[in-house]
Parts: sequence; C-alpha cells; structure tokens
Amino acid sequence: MTAISFILALVGFGLVAPIIGCLLAGLDRKITARLQGRVGPPLLQPYYDVRKLLAKENVSVNRFQDFYIAMSLFLAILAGVMFFAGGNFLLVVFLITLSTLFLIVAAYSSRSPFAEIGAEREIIQVMSYEPLVILMTIAYFLAVRTFDVGAVFGLSQPIIVSLPLVFIAFLFVLTIKLRKSPFDLSYSHHAHQELVKGITTEMSGKTLAMVEVTHWYENVLFMSWVGLFFVWGSWIGILVAVIVALTIYFLEILIDSNFARVKWQAMLKWSWLVTLVFCTINIVVLIMVS
Amino acid sequence: MSSTIKSPWIIHYDASSCNGCDIEVLACLTPLYDVERFGIINTGNPKHADILLVTGSVNERNISVLQQIYEQMIEPKVVIACGICATTGGIFKECYNTLGGVDKAVPVDVYAPGCAVRPEAIIDAVVIGLSILEQKRVALAQGKLVSETTAECVTAADKIVDGQTVRAAALKITKG
Repeated sequence: MTAISFILALVGFGLVAPIIGCLLAGLDRKITARLQGRVGPPLLQPYYDVRKLLAKENVSVNRFQDFYIAMSLFLAILAGVMFFAGGNFLLVVFLITLSTLFLIVAAYSSRSPFAEIGAEREIIQVMSYEPLVILMTIAYFLAVRTFDVGAVFGLSQPIIVSLPLVFIAFLFVLTIKLRKSPFDLSYSHHAHQELVKGITTEMSGKTLAMVEVTHWYENVLFMSWVGLFFVWGSWIGILVAVIVALTIYFLEILIDSNFARVKWQAMLKWSWLVTLVFCTINIVVLIMVS
Repeated sequence: MSSTIKSPWIIHYDASSCNGCDIEVLACLTPLYDVERFGIINTGNPKHADILLVTGSVNERNISVLQQIYEQMIEPKVVIACGICATTGGIFKECYNTLGGVDKAVPVDVYAPGCAVRPEAIIDAVVIGLSILEQKRVALAQGKLVSETTAECVTAADKIVDGQTVRAAALKITKG
C-alpha cells in the first residue's frame, strides 16, 4: 500500500461508498416491499431519512455518546479505505470490529436498560461472526501467501477456487453482518418497536444519522469482501465480482424476507458450527495440498 | 420539498382506546394502504419519532405517560389525535374517570375524528400534519421555534372544562 493508493482510496471510498450504500439500502427496502406485495418507499428513502435526522433538534443523553458514534463512523471509513488501497486484510478486519465495539460502548454509555440489552445483543452478534472473520483472514493468507488485499490482482485464478467452503461459511455470517433475518438480533431493519432496535434507543437526530451512514459504509465493505473472492489478474474479475456481490445482496434480501428471527442461542451455535466445520476442512485441505 | 416531510416516523400511543382506532392506525401500514410509500415508519421510540398518533381519551392514569412520551420526542414534532375519543373524549366524555380529549394532556396539531377513524382520515391527517412539521422545521432552523409544553394544556383543561374544575385542580395538585 503506497501513499498514492491510500489517497485515491480515501477519496474514492470516502465519497462513492455512501452513495452506493444508500442506493443499496433503498433497493433493499424497495425489493422487500415488493416481496410483501407493497409498493414500497422511493429508492432514495434512506437519504431522506438521514437528511431528516440531521434537521432534528440536537439532543444528546451525555457528552460521550456522539464521540463514540463518530469514532465508529471514522473507523468504518478507515477500514474501507485500507481495504480499497490494497492494505492489510487483518488490519481491515480489526478496524471494522473496533468500529462495532465503539457502537456497543456508545449504547452502554447511555445507561438505559433497553440500550444495555441492545448492546449485549450486539456483543453476541460480534461473538458469532468474529471467529469466521479471523479464520477467513488466515485462509486468505494460505491462499495468497500475504495479508495484502492488493495481491489478488497478481493471481492467475480467483481465491474462490481454493476457498469455496470458507466462502460458504462467510455467506452464512454475512447475514449477521448485514443485520438480516434470521440473525437480525441487534439493529434490525424491521420491528422498530421491539428490543432488536434496543441499541439505538437513546440515539436520535445527528447521532442516529451517523449510525445509518456507518451502516452504509459497512455494507459496501462487506459486499466488497464477497467480491474479493472472485477477483484475479484480469479486468473480467472485477466485473464478475460486482455481479456476484449484487446477486448475493439480492439473495440476502430474499433470506431476510423469508425467515423468522431465531433466538441468540441458535445464532451462536449455528454460526460457530458452520465456521468451525467449513473453515477447518478448507484450511486443512489447503495446507495438505501446498 | 425538504426531507423532513418525506420521512415522517411515527409513534403510536393507545390512551385508553377501545382498540378500534388502533386497528385502523395499524391498517395504514398494511399492503392495502402501505404508508411506507411516503417514508412513514412506525417506530416504537419517542426519540426517533416525528409524529405522535394518539388514540383514545385521556384519564388520570395515562396522562403522565402521554406527557412523558411527548416530552421525550425531539423537535420538530407534531401530535395527531386519531378518533373522536382522542379529539374530545367521545362517548366517554362524561365518564367520571375521563379527563377528555388528548389536548387536555399535550398540544394537539391535527384532529382526525371518527368512530373508528378511517385509515383514509388518518392518512389525510398525517398529510396535514406534515405541512405543520415543515413549518416547525423551518422555525427550528431559524431559531424561532417555541416548544409547546404540556403544562399549558393542564391549565387549558382547567379553563375549558366548566363544572369539572375540581378534577382539573386536583390534577394540578398531583402534577405538583
């Protein structure tokens, strides 16, 4: 990762990612509405929501919450910039986890019972997907022989060829990361009246707008991780990656609309089981072959 | 057109309603009326909501709950009284335990009478509420918005409800 690629990624991801993230969120709500036999909101509805939130009166429950949320947004942007600058994959993973941790701390800082339970549910989500994410970086290292994301462009074939099972396990926890049913235990897009929205109970106005924008950045980054599996030394790879990422996103919307939410015990059990079985087999095979 | 009126989030409070109006409020969210077309979301959180929909009349037990929800909402905000009970007290107006319409507790911006109020009437009321919401947003941006308080409503109840001054005064005492 050079300084020039970092600056290019900073401008590119910093400005383009929220636009793509906003459109993806709008598309999500539109498609979900159509699946339920409704017309649904306009495509730019998430943008209107955020603009509306920014126009609200400024009310904070304490001095720290806004800072924590701003840090969460900053780290999500930094993680994306590191990723698109071709930086260290392990560092990207740690940065995006730290971003989520700041969101949890922000929820805890309000001392509201609903926010605390919401934060605890978010922690359970982090516990569920984090083993997979770490194992995925290890598998990535074994396949590419470096942690640098940029190295995929030097490959003769995409890493999906050597990491098919890791990819399947990643899709499983992607549902948690995108906050989709059946694993939307915290900050769900639906059920606004329920405990699953607990983490944002005490957030309003600009604070809530920052949470939404962070989510846009995160979604673009996670969909880029999907694309990472399909990129190799040819320009066709990028095209394939974009098409696959959009297909997977549509698949996630379908899953979201068709499954009921599970209890946290089921989420933790299944995500760990899928992670351990699929990643272990894939990594062991990879080591034996090489 | 500003984003404020394209994204009105709603909180619904049932103040001793018979559930007739509540069902009509929820009917607005079904595929038939689909108010999410206009960006309307039913949030359960006063801090996220822009519009407070209240059904049913106010009594001594729920007036503090309703006032607390109103005070937790963040400006700009609008209150809509859904149904005749929320508007005036309806058929429960003369009951010994009923204080009257929602405007005895919080400042109401739009009234949508009906028993039960039709979903079309609720949607019309929300549309009228949106123009008020926009006026309040502009006033807030210019620093001219004067937040209405629930305290004024209690005194208004004292003045308006003739012959029930004892109860209104008792309310004042309980409110400290």
